[in-house]
Amino acid sequence: MSHLTSHQQAMALFAGIGAVLLLATLIGRVLALRVSPAGRSAVDNLNARINAWWAMAALVGISFMFGKPGVLVLFFLVSLLALREFITLLPTRGGDYWALAAAFYLVLPIQYLLVGIEWYGMFAIFIPVYAFLLLPILAATGGDTTRFLERAAKVQWGLMISVFCISHVPALLTLKIPGYEHRQLLLIAFLVIVVQSSDVLQYVWGKLCGKRLIAPVLSPSKTLEGFVGGVASASLLGGLLWWITPFSFLGALGMALVINLMGFLGGLVMSAIKRDRGIKDWGHMIEGHGGVLDRLDSVCFAAPVFFHMTRYFWA
Amino acid sequence: MLEPLVARSLTGFIRLLTGSRVFWSEQLAPGPRVYYGNHSSHGDFVLIWSALPPALRAQARPVAAAEYWRRGALRRYLIRRVFKGVLVERDAAQRTEDPITTMTAAIEAGDALILFPEGTRNPGEGLLPFKSGLYHLATRCADLELVPVWLENLNRVMPKGRLIPLPLLCTARFGMPLRLAAGEDKQGFLERTRTALLALAPKEA
Repeated sequence: MSHLTSHQQAMALFAGIGAVLLLATLIGRVLALRVSPAGRSAVDNLNARINAWWAMAALVGISFMFGKPGVLVLFFLVSLLALREFITLLPTRGGDYWALAAAFYLVLPIQYLLVGIEWYGMFAIFIPVYAFLLLPILAATGGDTTRFLERAAKVQWGLMISVFCISHVPALLTLKIPGYEHRQLLLIAFLVIVVQSSDVLQYVWGKLCGKRLIAPVLSPSKTLEGFVGGVASASLLGGLLWWITPFSFLGALGMALVINLMGFLGGLVMSAIKRDRGIKDWGHMIEGHGGVLDRLDSVCFAAPVFFHMTRYFWA
Repeated sequence: MLEPLVARSLTGFIRLLTGSRVFWSEQLAPGPRVYYGNHSSHGDFVLIWSALPPALRAQARPVAAAEYWRRGALRRYLIRRVFKGVLVERDAAQRTEDPITTMTAAIEAGDALILFPEGTRNPGEGLLPFKSGLYHLATRCADLELVPVWLENLNRVMPKGRLIPLPLLCTARFGMPLRLAAGEDKQGFLERTRTALLALAPKEA
């Protein structure tokens, strides 16, 4: 399929996603007809999740039609919603007002602007260097020393995860890969499809044969069987998608394995934060899934690593 | 003509900014009553107002401080024409009209009031002691229904004295309606209504 134009490849990809979702929808509807009252809520949740997948796939598809501006706007909004969820659930104090205002109204738009003008040297360090220094300075001017380091860390890590990490998804468009010109949208599709199917497959494998909890303290639902089965099958899927990437089959397989492992570990980190706050979900934006961050926690940790590995080995 | 549009843009803006979620303990029918909430920002009454279903919102009028809202043409326009607020004068020495009388008249006309019994915006956590207005209103209006509303996080969205609101998620929790019990004294009633409101606040993890 590597002989197709990038446009044809994108169409084939979305047709494939549509087919998978159609199959999932059919299975979900059949289950809903046959389910016993005891299993009702699990099946309802499954169907809500599938419906949300349709909506999310449609959103990504629409943004792709608008090319780079569309993708930048989509992920800018995703970052804004994710940062809102993160800061909402990690309480700050009155003295953090200017740090928070700067995070939302200065750092977030500037980061996406830097990605938009493709200034790699700046967008790669803007948040971890300049924002990380500026924010505690602003917090210090608030004149409140109560749990100062903890509060500063909340704002910094909110930006790191919700803005810096997520902005590395559209940043894939800035990579100049020889022989892969004007096709970088497919790199985004590869990352998102592989990491998200890893989440779904871990869930499916866990439901089918999950017995041993892999991190009982951090997550009550992640099992060893789900982890191994999910990561292995999603990595194989990544290998089979080599034709949309600049990688070889083995290259795609290896990249998929790395981002799936990062995604899994990212999920554990985000679980630890949620558990410490005594909450189950980051938000309620996406029916059946929870918040934006619940859906994207694995993408957050996978995106920067995927970006830099692609840049280092292929660009 | 323009007022419903202004009202809808304001409620739309605050909903978009705060992604506000609303929880009800009980479905309420339209009718005169008091919604009373915790007060931490100027956005409070707009959030309660926008959280109400249209039938209840049409009757709901915020009780607001006259000396603040009469200053400037924009504020006057907003409070009088858009929100149809009930303006009360806070300064007992200078006022020409008794606030309880003004509020009683609105209740008797069939309106619902949005009230913040702390009397002032609370910059800190929890709830300040209630002013006695709620009690006097309940004694004047027979069988008046009082519905507590806890607003969560709005103090972080619009902290006192700040101009730019922050986009954080907010929640409005409506409790069960309360009424003045026969023979209940002022202190007991204010304490009971205050406890009912505090009970809606989230437990700190």
